Amino acid sequence: MAIYGLIASVIGVVAALWIDWFPPAAVQEAKDIDTLWDVLLIVSVPIFVLVMVVVIYCVRAFKARPGDMGDGEPIHGNTMLEVVWVAVPFVIVSVLAVYGWIVLDDIEAKKPDRLQVEVRGQQFIWRYEYPNPTGGKEKVKSYDLVVPTGRQVEFNINTDDVIHDFWIPAFRLKIDAVPGITTHWRATPSEKGSYDVLCAELCGLGHSTMRGSVRVVAPEEYDAWLSKTAAKAAEEG
Amino acid sequence: MTLAAKFKGPGWYRAALSIPLGILFGLGLTVGVRALYGYDPLFDGDAITTVALISTPLAFLVGIGCFDYWFYWAAGKPTREEDHSSHGAHTWKDYFKVNTDHKVIGIQYICTTFVFFVLGGLMAMVMRAELAAPGSQIVDPNTFNGLFSVHASLMIFLFIIPVFAGIANYVLPLMIGAPDMAFPRLNALSFWMLPTAGIMMVASFFAPGGSFATGWTAYAPLSTETPLGQTFFTIGVQFAGASSIATALNFLVTIITMRAPGMTFWRMPLLVWANFTTSLLVVIATPFIAGSQFFVLFDRALGTDFFNAAAGGDVLMYQHVFWFYSHPAVYIMMLPGFGIISEVISTHARKPVFGYRMMAFSLMAIVVLGFTVWAHHMFVSGMFSWLRVPMMITTMLIAVPTGIKIFSWIATLWKGVIHMTTPMLFALGFITMFTLGGISGIVLAVIPVDIYVSDTYFVVAHIHYVLFGGSVFTIFAGIYHWFPKMTGRMYDETLGRIHFWLSFIFFNLTFGPMHLVGVDGMPRRVADYAEEFATLNALISVSSFIFGMSFFIFLYNMISSWRHGPKAAANPWRAHTIEWQVSSPPPIFNFDEIPTVVGGPYEYGVPGAQHAIFKATEEKREPVAAE
Repeated sequence: MAIYGLIASVIGVVAALWIDWFPPAAVQEAKDIDTLWDVLLIVSVPIFVLVMVVVIYCVRAFKARPGDMGDGEPIHGNTMLEVVWVAVPFVIVSVLAVYGWIVLDDIEAKKPDRLQVEVRGQQFIWRYEYPNPTGGKEKVKSYDLVVPTGRQVEFNINTDDVIHDFWIPAFRLKIDAVPGITTHWRATPSEKGSYDVLCAELCGLGHSTMRGSVRVVAPEEYDAWLSKTAAKAAEEG
Repeated sequence: MTLAAKFKGPGWYRAALSIPLGILFGLGLTVGVRALYGYDPLFDGDAITTVALISTPLAFLVGIGCFDYWFYWAAGKPTREEDHSSHGAHTWKDYFKVNTDHKVIGIQYICTTFVFFVLGGLMAMVMRAELAAPGSQIVDPNTFNGLFSVHASLMIFLFIIPVFAGIANYVLPLMIGAPDMAFPRLNALSFWMLPTAGIMMVASFFAPGGSFATGWTAYAPLSTETPLGQTFFTIGVQFAGASSIATALNFLVTIITMRAPGMTFWRMPLLVWANFTTSLLVVIATPFIAGSQFFVLFDRALGTDFFNAAAGGDVLMYQHVFWFYSHPAVYIMMLPGFGIISEVISTHARKPVFGYRMMAFSLMAIVVLGFTVWAHHMFVSGMFSWLRVPMMITTMLIAVPTGIKIFSWIATLWKGVIHMTTPMLFALGFITMFTLGGISGIVLAVIPVDIYVSDTYFVVAHIHYVLFGGSVFTIFAGIYHWFPKMTGRMYDETLGRIHFWLSFIFFNLTFGPMHLVGVDGMPRRVADYAEEFATLNALISVSSFIFGMSFFIFLYNMISSWRHGPKAAANPWRAHTIEWQVSSPPPIFNFDEIPTVVGGPYEYGVPGAQHAIFKATEEKREPVAAE
């Protein structure tokens, strides 16, 4: 039974790690989260396999023969065994909780010189506001989300109407946009490209159409885009 | 009976009269108050409907006869002799009347809840048809949002929670050697509030603007701003909740005060323990969802600002109060199933439940821990961030008592004599699938992962592994297990097995791939999705159709076996618990002689062990069994 369990666990873990679970990552923080996921898989698969193997073994080994009207052995418990299956899961979840906590602290760590981007949700679109490149107080408003690589971006999220949820799968992070308060998350874009922006909290009729995209570009390209957008906005007054 | 007497006495005639009166009362009250305040327009459809949604069900309950005895008593009239005319079923018509027999009420519960299970299931089929391909197929987004909202509400409030109450209603008094529940009239009222709540939720589809479409979670302020359909949920939940609370009180009093002589707490079957702990959860937690929905109702109907941030309302408060019920509700939907599995596994594997006392203690541990984890539903809600880590730790700790249960069931199988009957198959299916759902629960508790997979199909997969692979499999196990006791007939084993294997396989093919699309980035509660998820969604939809159809095998088996199945013996499983020591179905008042409990409930394999004896009637035992 142990052999079968071991083989099944190895196959299960390899298969679970082989699956390409996540969409491409575009931020530095993603690596920690993806590794955490792999660790959870490596811990989970053998536990599931253990349960399956013992159940299947029991069914095969202790199945009643036709006409067998007897009873099983009257085993009422086993203190040693019960202590083990209280202690082992306790240790496993404690270790995982501590590990999860450490990762949480890491991915939420604030870096200096953050780019502040205001995000506003409304039924059913996202709007963004960027710091003025000329240093003015007036924010640069746009319906496009463009962020530079190599610099931590702090998203300050708010909503005009109901609850939305600002989610960029490639950035791995999401948080609700809640009426009355401003919520935040931070990520450091590292891979250039275009990625989906979604609303992940049911916000009404058009919820499933509340999809947009984010462009991760080189810092120079970001500066150029911002100046252009600011100039255009000034022109339109 | 004269026609006048029919309208005067409790029943459907009087209900048919009282329902329009209820509507009229709602209309009159609303228009009267609006006239007093000088509101314009006088006839406001939303306002009238809101009040009528409260007055009409109450009028129906009065008409059908739930309150007759109490009114009689309250009016100070001389107490009527109890003639037991509304106790027990003599024809099928008695199942459609207010009845005080816990066995009749149990059957009423089970049949009613399965009706709503079918309705909720059909809604899921429509959703899967819509999601079979990207783009818009057969329903518009508003209808789609309504479908998943009503689907979840029916499955939670009208199926899983009450069907467990129904099974326990039938079995539990028999198990503890009681002639009935402690409060039979309250029991009847609890049942009749249920169809009221369910019909209200289904009827919301006919409201102008469509049914409620804010999910079963009904987050404010979306739920305070959407059209009239939302009110059907807000008020429907109150009736379902009141039904739940009354039943739970009934179970608590019954278990505490009505156990047969010798039935100490440590001799109670684990199903009784499970319902004891569940009832504690219900009584403590359910008032919280009632509160949350009343606040929404007030915001909608009276113009209060509880959840209007612009006027100082607190949006996150809704979620805290809601989840303070709705997380314990997950255990309300699971603990009775744990009880069923303990009965089924020990009986069909002919073994004492391994670590009986630890099984009971772990139920209590889940009750306590269950109240300390609600905010794990809110890791991305924007709440105060310090609460996240403590809630992650408590959430993961629940794996310990749950693990005790899983491992103890497996140890119960060990060296047993396992009869692979349909209830046993569902119990084994439950153990494996619930383990998977439990593991994905641990994964979800880890905050950085939860932040990513919150509100995705990974969560949809998780809850269906827990609530279908978990709860519903235990419900099937329980229904098959006690079918002979309830109906006096045997079900068809072959059909039962086909039902199990079809649902087990296609359950996995339906909900398994949802883990993948979820982690790949597909949000839940969407009528449309990105092209890249098309292949897996097509597979999910096709599997779900076969999965859905497998249920009709169960339905056919139940109906045809109930009508024509072979007669069942009093104790076909040779079980030790008391409900099997009386005839199938049991006599109207359960016991001719109250049994005396002399040992544990699961002493399989112990020579000469007995759980209960019918003391004075050793010689009269034959006729009881033959009845």
